[in-house]
Amino acid sequence: MDYNFNFAAVWRDFDLLLSGLGLGLILAVVSIAIGCLIGLFLAFGMLSKKRPIRWAATVYVSAFRNTPILVLILFTFFALPELGIRLGKIESFIVTLAVYSGAYLTEVFRSGLVSLPSGLREAGLTIGLTESRTKILITIPVMFRRVLPALGNNFISLFKDTSLAAAIAVPELTFYARKINVETFRVIETWMVASLIYVLACSIIAAILRRIESRLSIPR
Amino acid sequence: MTAPVLEITNLHKSFGKVEVLKGINLTMQSGDVVSLIGSSGSGKTTLLRCVNLLEDYEDGVVAVAGEQIGYTQRNGRRIRLKEKEIARQRAMTGMVFQHFNLFPHMSAIRNVMLGLIKTRKMRNDEAYATAEGWLDRVGMKDRKNHYPGQLSGGQQQRVAIARAIAMNPALMLFDEVTSALDPELISEVLAVVKDLAFDGMTMLLVTHEMQFAHDVSDTVVFMQDGRIGEEGPPDQLFHSPKSERLKAFLKSSKF
Ligand SMILES: Nc1ncnc2c1ncn2[C@@H]1O[C@H](COP(=O)(O)OP(=O)(O)OP(=O)(O)O)[C@@H](O)[C@H]1O
Ligand SMILES: [Mg+2]
Repeated sequence: MDYNFNFAAVWRDFDLLLSGLGLGLILAVVSIAIGCLIGLFLAFGMLSKKRPIRWAATVYVSAFRNTPILVLILFTFFALPELGIRLGKIESFIVTLAVYSGAYLTEVFRSGLVSLPSGLREAGLTIGLTESRTKILITIPVMFRRVLPALGNNFISLFKDTSLAAAIAVPELTFYARKINVETFRVIETWMVASLIYVLACSIIAAILRRIESRLSIPR
Repeated sequence: MTAPVLEITNLHKSFGKVEVLKGINLTMQSGDVVSLIGSSGSGKTTLLRCVNLLEDYEDGVVAVAGEQIGYTQRNGRRIRLKEKEIARQRAMTGMVFQHFNLFPHMSAIRNVMLGLIKTRKMRNDEAYATAEGWLDRVGMKDRKNHYPGQLSGGQQQRVAIARAIAMNPALMLFDEVTSALDPELISEVLAVVKDLAFDGMTMLLVTHEMQFAHDVSDTVVFMQDGRIGEEGPPDQLFHSPKSERLKAFLKSSKF
């Protein structure tokens, strides 16, 4: 096989790829932020004394964890408008990714919460804090630090999932790569560069997350 | 007449179908030091935890400084107080646990300050000064910026004592505060507790350290299957026990 590599065509549109990368990062950050709130809420739901609440949280988690993310994206974007809920492409994708990550993060937070010694909560109560203040000041901060590595992994895989937004024409990295591919016919070069950008971005994110982890880690 | 610091009347508590406390009566005046002794499973921890409502109780009354803990009567019915009220009542007592339970994400001084700021509504500098004073008292001032993970068990327990007592509670509850410690660390913690006792702190403590109970208590209570088996001044209980059960227990605890 002799193939003449020509990166010039891809190079010309490199700024598009970078803007796509930027949008992907924003999508991931916003989604995981909302997903964290959903996950935290449902994790406490999973551990609730009230059966219906536990049940509702469990249904949520198994429903969204067992549906392929692409199906969820298409469902939110194409089916919800039929039901009268109209969202823009980007909003629709963020909602999907937030709801989806919420299901995974519920499990992360739940296991983090059950790993805490019960005495931690009780110590909070004995100094006169209410249940909710004990959660905010003690259990959640300690749990959060413990699950930080898992949270980081989730963020990276969520960031990679933003490539699926191309399916509904959200202009992120994969979307632009496909556009460049179609316009220039430089198939190999385009997808090589796109893959490389993903790898590089993920490595940098991982490094940043490790920094945050060690910054927040509890001294011992 | 001021109300007793602690007045427990006919207290009953069950876990499911198993009755663990079967009618406890106990009164403590200001400055009293009462030790609970008894074999494993006799209900000592449960009794302590009913006093600050870490466990609900079904029947009887626990009153601290004349105020019933956890419940109120309305139209002859007993209703659980609101969360906020219970939180306020819990701060009337301080508790020290077997496993310290310090907040691992806060330095020693922050551990002591948290309740002062959030519950006692102290300003930051006031809370800092108070916390520092108590850490000094338990010999931990020079480690005030250490995190729990950087302290030995005995040091952690002394910080935990400072955290509880800095809140200025009417009553301190100690649940086997030395039984998770290596033998060489036990005496430093007992010394702190003794110091507080001689200073007039009202305290109810569960302990397996018989010599310590003997030295520090005004009254020793022997718990037996969810009831008070025998109670009295330490000399009487330890040197002339009446019941066979207590004799056997003291023998097994090598007193
Ligand atoms: N949360 C719980 N659920 C069910 N049963 C419990 C619970 N806590 C305690 N019990 C039971 O209540 C009884 C009294 O327990 P408690 O912990 O008060 O005993 P104790 O006197 O403190 O014993 P130890 O010396 O071992 O600490 C035991 O039979 C115990 O199994
Ligand atoms: Mg016990």
